[in-house]
Amino acid sequence: MDLILSSLSMLAHWDVLAALLIGSIGGVIIGAIPGVGAPVAIAILLPATFAFEPIVGLTLLLGVYGSSMYGGAIPAVLINTPGTAVNALTTYDGYPMTKKGQGHRALSLAYSASFFGGLFSILCLIVLSPVLAMIAPHFGSREIFLAALMGIILVVVAHRGQVFAAGMLASFGIFISTIGLEPAKYTRRFTFDQSWLTSGVDLIVVVLGLFAISQALLLLVDKEHHPGSANVGGSLFTGLREVFAFKRIATVSSSFGVLMGMIPGVGEFTAQFLSYTYAQKSSKTPELFGKGSPEGLVASEAANNAVPAAAMIPLLALGIPGEALTAMMLSVFYVHNVVPGPQLFQGQLDFVVALYLALILLNLIVMVFLLSSTGLLLKIIQIPTRFLGVTILTLSFVGVFSLRNSVTDCALAAGFGIFGLVLKRLNLPIVPIILGMVLGGIMEVKLRSAMARVQTPLDFIDRPIAAILFALILMILALHVRAVVREQKARRKREREDTNSDLSTQQG
Amino acid sequence: MAHIKTLQELFRRYRRPGDIVFAFLFLVFSVFLLTQIPVETAWTKRTQWFAQPRLWPTIGIAGMVFFASLHFIGSLCSKRIPGRWKEVAFWLKSLEYIAYFLIYVVLVPLIGYLPATLAFTIFLTFRVGEATPLNLAAAAVFSVAVVLIFRAFLQVKIPAGHIYEALPDGIRAFALTYL
Repeated sequence: MDLILSSLSMLAHWDVLAALLIGSIGGVIIGAIPGVGAPVAIAILLPATFAFEPIVGLTLLLGVYGSSMYGGAIPAVLINTPGTAVNALTTYDGYPMTKKGQGHRALSLAYSASFFGGLFSILCLIVLSPVLAMIAPHFGSREIFLAALMGIILVVVAHRGQVFAAGMLASFGIFISTIGLEPAKYTRRFTFDQSWLTSGVDLIVVVLGLFAISQALLLLVDKEHHPGSANVGGSLFTGLREVFAFKRIATVSSSFGVLMGMIPGVGEFTAQFLSYTYAQKSSKTPELFGKGSPEGLVASEAANNAVPAAAMIPLLALGIPGEALTAMMLSVFYVHNVVPGPQLFQGQLDFVVALYLALILLNLIVMVFLLSSTGLLLKIIQIPTRFLGVTILTLSFVGVFSLRNSVTDCALAAGFGIFGLVLKRLNLPIVPIILGMVLGGIMEVKLRSAMARVQTPLDFIDRPIAAILFALILMILALHVRAVVREQKARRKREREDTNSDLSTQQG
Repeated sequence: MAHIKTLQELFRRYRRPGDIVFAFLFLVFSVFLLTQIPVETAWTKRTQWFAQPRLWPTIGIAGMVFFASLHFIGSLCSKRIPGRWKEVAFWLKSLEYIAYFLIYVVLVPLIGYLPATLAFTIFLTFRVGEATPLNLAAAAVFSVAVVLIFRAFLQVKIPAGHIYEALPDGIRAFALTYL
């Protein structure tokens, strides 16, 4: 009880509550505008949050992170354009429902399923906390090294069909993290005798370039896209009741979201894919999926909204970010000398619980805001995309320049902006670069400290958690190889069948 | 021959226009970095292998070369979609906006955050062909809002413009602090 009271007192400050309110509502608006999304907003806001207390800065960023997917469902359902990338699956059933004249029902279900997923994952987080507090202290340098290595491997193999690209970009991230003055022996690495490279490449410069500036360039250079107009009539409260009719699907989908969110490098897309597949296979009307199935909509939205809270687990417990947004949040911890990891659960559990409570409040704020302001949001999403590009580019300047008033940083961010534009145009993943940068740095430090007590290679995995992590890494690699072989066989079989049917058609 | 065909199948993937240009350039960049490892990193004496400054750059670059080679091979094996140079032209078009962005960066310490932001947003609104009275007004309001929120309210570290020094005493201090 003392813990809850202590956590509540951390939240009961005007600046924390203001950050929560601004983050939640801002996140919904940002999520609702196609072409912006949480990564862009968080990248821009990040340097501004360094001036705040950690709880204020993190609440603001968590607000944006946790609420953007709620907002992203609006254009996905009403105009067939996902507000954020993770709402793409919502269009499959949301938009057909709108075409059938059930737009308000689809939106209401999407909000309610998101709310369910959000609260479910926070509940899991609270239940898991004592377990985490118990396990986390057993994570020493070698365990954290192995967990970070597993994160890198997972982010690479999770990009099915793009494993080589993800591997090369994750390696590029590791390389970037080594540029500059090396902290142990004070030798220079890849500075090419340039003084501006001595201090290394700042994560925020890379993040702003890859996410914000690249998105601005994409919107500015590409053709203007005018989002279609839409209206929504009827009560939006009905979904709150209706989602309980699909409670099995909502619960299983949220569980997938929690599970996938906890595993570094996996995230929303896998959670959605698994939930949607489960919902379709277990449905009495699988033929409706993709044509306006409420179950499909619930599966997609519950799964993606369960991820943000779960993604905080590896970050808080081990100091290992599982995806780009938590990697950005990690820098807020570091700036304030709050080291996430086992010590956080031992020494500052009230801080952790305050974050959980902030997450619950954020879901409530978002729900109230959405139920009362969807009409207003429909007007906001009509912003011309090129004008949106102008605003993102202008805001990117604040993010980069305010770091250390460096024109070089801005030029570097601009360079990463072009690189990000190319990656986005080629549909290549950006997240491996960020995770490579963050996890690469962690691995370098942890390997150095872990090896001091290691005499033979087997010593590295002689502790139970290290041995489990090592076994998991081997299992992930083996499963990936098996999946590739199976895909290959299936493709060959398909091609053989196609050839046979072509021949029989010709003969016929 | 059958083995080669199997390998080709293994590497085949969906390839967007311009993919091979990027794959080639990234591979060249990776190989260039590989050649620079002895020059740009040190191997220190009386230091274990895991604490060597050269270790992690080498791991990163080796990974880049290895995966970039496979990615390039994949690009060669995959079906080409026409429009390679049109796509490269699209990438290069973004340089124009990067130039505007860098001019804006240089202008801020000279003419001040508010004037530079107003000029930047209004100019870009014209440049992208969205200069309706509503959008121009929105650009001006947006600029003022950004400056007030970030510089005046959040006290984000952005230097005051040199030009503000020439302002009359009454508003100089205000401009230096808030605009």
